[in-house]
Amino acid sequence: MTAPEKNAKTTPKPTRFLLFLGCAIPYRVSSYEISTRKVLQQLGIELVEMPEYNCCGLPIDPVNHSMTLTLAARNLCLAEQQGLSIIALCPGCAGTLRKVNKKLKENKELKEEINGYLKATGLEFKGTIEAKHVLQLLVEDVGLEKIKASVKTPLTRLKVSEHAGCHVTRPADSVDFENPEDPQALKDLVEATGAEYVEYVDKLACCGAPIAGVNDRIPLQLTKEKLTHIRNAGAHAMVTVCPFCHMMFDTNQPRIERLFNETLRIPVLHYPQLLGLAMGFSPEELALKALRVDATQIVSRISGKEDAS
Amino acid sequence: MSKTQSNPRERPSETAKKGLRAKSGEETAEISATAPIRAQEFDPHFKHEVSKTHGGEKLKQCFQCGTCTSDCPIARFSDSYRPRTLIRMTLLGLKDRVLTSETLWLCAACFTCTDRCPQDVEVASVIRILRNTAVEKGYMPQIFKELGSSILETGVAYRIPDLRLKKRAQIGLPPLPKGNPEAMTKLAKATGFSKLLKRGEQA
Repeated sequence: MTAPEKNAKTTPKPTRFLLFLGCAIPYRVSSYEISTRKVLQQLGIELVEMPEYNCCGLPIDPVNHSMTLTLAARNLCLAEQQGLSIIALCPGCAGTLRKVNKKLKENKELKEEINGYLKATGLEFKGTIEAKHVLQLLVEDVGLEKIKASVKTPLTRLKVSEHAGCHVTRPADSVDFENPEDPQALKDLVEATGAEYVEYVDKLACCGAPIAGVNDRIPLQLTKEKLTHIRNAGAHAMVTVCPFCHMMFDTNQPRIERLFNETLRIPVLHYPQLLGLAMGFSPEELALKALRVDATQIVSRISGKEDAS
Repeated sequence: MSKTQSNPRERPSETAKKGLRAKSGEETAEISATAPIRAQEFDPHFKHEVSKTHGGEKLKQCFQCGTCTSDCPIARFSDSYRPRTLIRMTLLGLKDRVLTSETLWLCAACFTCTDRCPQDVEVASVIRILRNTAVEKGYMPQIFKELGSSILETGVAYRIPDLRLKKRAQIGLPPLPKGNPEAMTKLAKATGFSKLLKRGEQA
């Protein structure tokens, strides 16, 4: 970590960002937004609401790639007007915005094509800002040291596993964050809370959420497989940083239990909820009640009040 | 799910022209994909068309090693979805078969295949090109019509109920920024997206 630390001394890291909420989070996963806002404020990050933003474009990439690029580019233009970089909570949004930002900066021809479409709305992509997922913000801009220092109650009694979500790192060339075959960011962030990090088989496999609208059986099988591995690895809980992954692991968990006759009962926290608990926020402040799988056992375990039942 | 547990090595049951139903829940076994291939089905220009499209440039480097399929999380649980097969069909020029194939819509776009391809083929992007081309021909699963029309009307892919918006205020979250449907309509018109959506709705 010496090189980034050196950089930090010469150029101060920005602390003001535009918050890109996307579609799924305000629609169904407010607890992720609530806990992220709490935790980032505590870490000195100021979030500015993003006016008139639109869908990142990813959901309709199968229909028309040009429209996807244009929708993403419009968001980037709005951020350029504000002179602020974007923080997205959904890896699909973050990945798309990063990818399009990079492609348009590198490919003049493509930039001209997309600017041709944007002209109808009086916008022009210039390439002056960055877009990041909140995970990247936490490890790169806030830094693990600061996060560790913010922990009041280390979660030492907790064993935690994770599923980061594909688009945080893939496709590697265009997302350009960390090695998708051996990602460290979420592992480091879990350990920063004092919790014990639990590895499991197939950690890198997709949860299947993107095809849930076309086929509901395969995503449930994929998620069941992963949840079973996490249970067998002895984790008390797992964390995600994606609204879609969260819906698969948490919202669908009771359905998976019924469908496959499995007992899982694995609480699935949004990572900011885990960090928030370590920072000393109450379960209410972090909207833990909004989780489908009851997380009270986790809270009891942290406070050392868990009983044998 | 009582689907035919046939030999997974069997030819994938694709080419379900009429089978593009949303929420099908399972892959319906169709006969057309297993029908013998006729010489006039091959379109020798198809692979060149795909390689000229953004993301398809490396298509012709594929040497059919099958890394994409063996590493695909969806293929593990599907008897018919095989990215390698989709690439092979594209290279052979089996245009109609691949574009009407139901399995074309099973890629989760996780990009594992793209990241691991030893020949640098952007497999997931080739599949996206095939999907875009299928849409141009009028094949589009229902879910995309819903997402697309929601984006045009509200700016976002899901219609957020008023109750949700009120609840945001109650729990102390700032109001959701308003969308700009006018801008969405203009961009959809410029890119040709609105035309595709209309075609999809008529199909």
